[in-house]
Amino acid sequence: MILAQQLILGLLVGGLYGLAAAGLSLTFGVLRVLNVSHGELLMLGGYGTFWLFTLWQIDPFVSLLAVAPAMFVLGMVLYWALFQFVVKAHEETRIKNSLLIGFGLTLVLHALAIRLWTADERAVTTAYAGAVLRLGGLAVPWLRLSSLVFAFAILTALHLFLAKARWGRAIRATAEDWEAAALMGIPVGKTYLLAFALGTALAGIAGGLVSISYSISPSIGMEWTLKALIVIVLAGLGSLFGSFAGGIILGLAEAMSVVFLGGPYREVVGLILFLIVLVVRPQGLFGARG
Amino acid sequence: MKLLGAGIVLAAAFAALPLITMRSDLLNLGVQIFLAVVLAQSWNLLGGYAGQINLGHAAFFGLGALVTRTLWVGGTPLILALFPGALVAMLFGLLIGVPAFRLRGAYFAIGTLGLAEILRITIGNLLPQISTIPAAELTSYNIWPRYYLTLTMAMVSVGVVAWLVPSRLGLGIRAVREDEAAAEATGVSALRHKLLALALSTALAGLAGGAFAYYHVSYYPQHTFSPVWTFDAVLMSYIGGVGTVHGPVLGAIFYVILREVLAVKLVEFHLIIFGILFMLVVLFLPGGLVEAWSRVRQLVSRRT
Repeated sequence: MILAQQLILGLLVGGLYGLAAAGLSLTFGVLRVLNVSHGELLMLGGYGTFWLFTLWQIDPFVSLLAVAPAMFVLGMVLYWALFQFVVKAHEETRIKNSLLIGFGLTLVLHALAIRLWTADERAVTTAYAGAVLRLGGLAVPWLRLSSLVFAFAILTALHLFLAKARWGRAIRATAEDWEAAALMGIPVGKTYLLAFALGTALAGIAGGLVSISYSISPSIGMEWTLKALIVIVLAGLGSLFGSFAGGIILGLAEAMSVVFLGGPYREVVGLILFLIVLVVRPQGLFGARG
Repeated sequence: MKLLGAGIVLAAAFAALPLITMRSDLLNLGVQIFLAVVLAQSWNLLGGYAGQINLGHAAFFGLGALVTRTLWVGGTPLILALFPGALVAMLFGLLIGVPAFRLRGAYFAIGTLGLAEILRITIGNLLPQISTIPAAELTSYNIWPRYYLTLTMAMVSVGVVAWLVPSRLGLGIRAVREDEAAAEATGVSALRHKLLALALSTALAGLAGGAFAYYHVSYYPQHTFSPVWTFDAVLMSYIGGVGTVHGPVLGAIFYVILREVLAVKLVEFHLIIFGILFMLVVLFLPGGLVEAWSRVRQLVSRRT
């Protein structure tokens, strides 16, 4: 029974891992830059939702309508100020510089968040926060369930955009082969900008959902970056729903580790999965295409 | 040759400092600089010469600190406690490096980032109590041995890099950085050279951690695994001049002194300033202070 309960919670948090990973894999897949400050962007989105709720009592699911565009704009600014210089380099230097820039950004955003909002943990507590769906002897928190559904809906919308819309197809073409895309008349620079901003907006939405169902603090960034990276290593690039499924697998694996090994070792599972993928399936994503 | 001379003069000046002044704030600043030199130089050995980005250097610093502190507080003589710390750091480095270095791309960076973060969280859960030097040891606490130990370590770390770089192994390491395929084609094993650089780099970081454990009276074990240590190492290497022997030394001196000045006036703001400075250096001045200096000299010599 404890295992089943933990697995349900793991499934629910796994959806958010998937959403965080989808944003990161979008930017990595298209720009070939690995932004390790993705978790800090998620943290900023979480604070956006938290403050809109705390200052003006705006319902967190509604405030995502404001947080997502704001994060989109922030993504544009970051691309313009930093990452447009990174993408000018060759493949190997590009990844290396993006890691360094992302790491610098991590420290800056973390220090900035502590400075602005202190190191306290915060969470959005709505009137309906405690509601629970009973399934036999199991408890499913409504909020986390709706966050999972919301995450899935966002990914579906993004999938449709990438599949059908003109700019979505430009993003996919650029991810496939940017030189060929440029020859076909696709403005690669603008496509990069759009993909990076979309990735940032996805991070912001994920952060908003985290602040509703869990809690946020300035130091959650690194943890979420790692979750997203591990999901990408597990699930590979290219498919949004693949990221979603990979996130759920990670959530379930963590849940099992909590039951069998105890809470303190929960974070170790991700690294072990990472090492297993490295040894067993080394042709995985970063090796083959990176 | 000029650099070697400058290095000897600098080391001699630092070695003579405790004979001239007893001011403990200056000696403490010295210890911080020497630790920073070891940290920066160890990152530079792998990141600058072998071209492998380690985003979890704190893991190896922390492991060295943890092992050395435990053994030393438990009664082992310091010298015997330092080497196991370096060894454990090295083993953890190889744990990530052996699978990750078979591949290119970002695997190694992710693996080290993950290792550091996971150790930080796990150590925080398992050892939440602050670690303090036992009272008997505390009464005889003296800055002198700390000062000379860290100075020696700084000299050793610079010496190791200076010796390695022009050697056959060092040439191999740099060849792998420039072009792995070409290096393999001329008979240089990429994996072996990267692992060698990693082993030396992580062992040095472990030693630095051990010295920190010997130097600091009380700290939370989790603190030595904080990403700030990685950030310090990367930043000092880049600001000074990554991939050179003297760059990280300059970077460490510049960074530690500036940090001491700024941290007093702008609590936490100094990290924001350094972070922005770091990003600018990576993008626009990848050779750091060393490159800036040679550019200035070129300008001057062109004028005259």
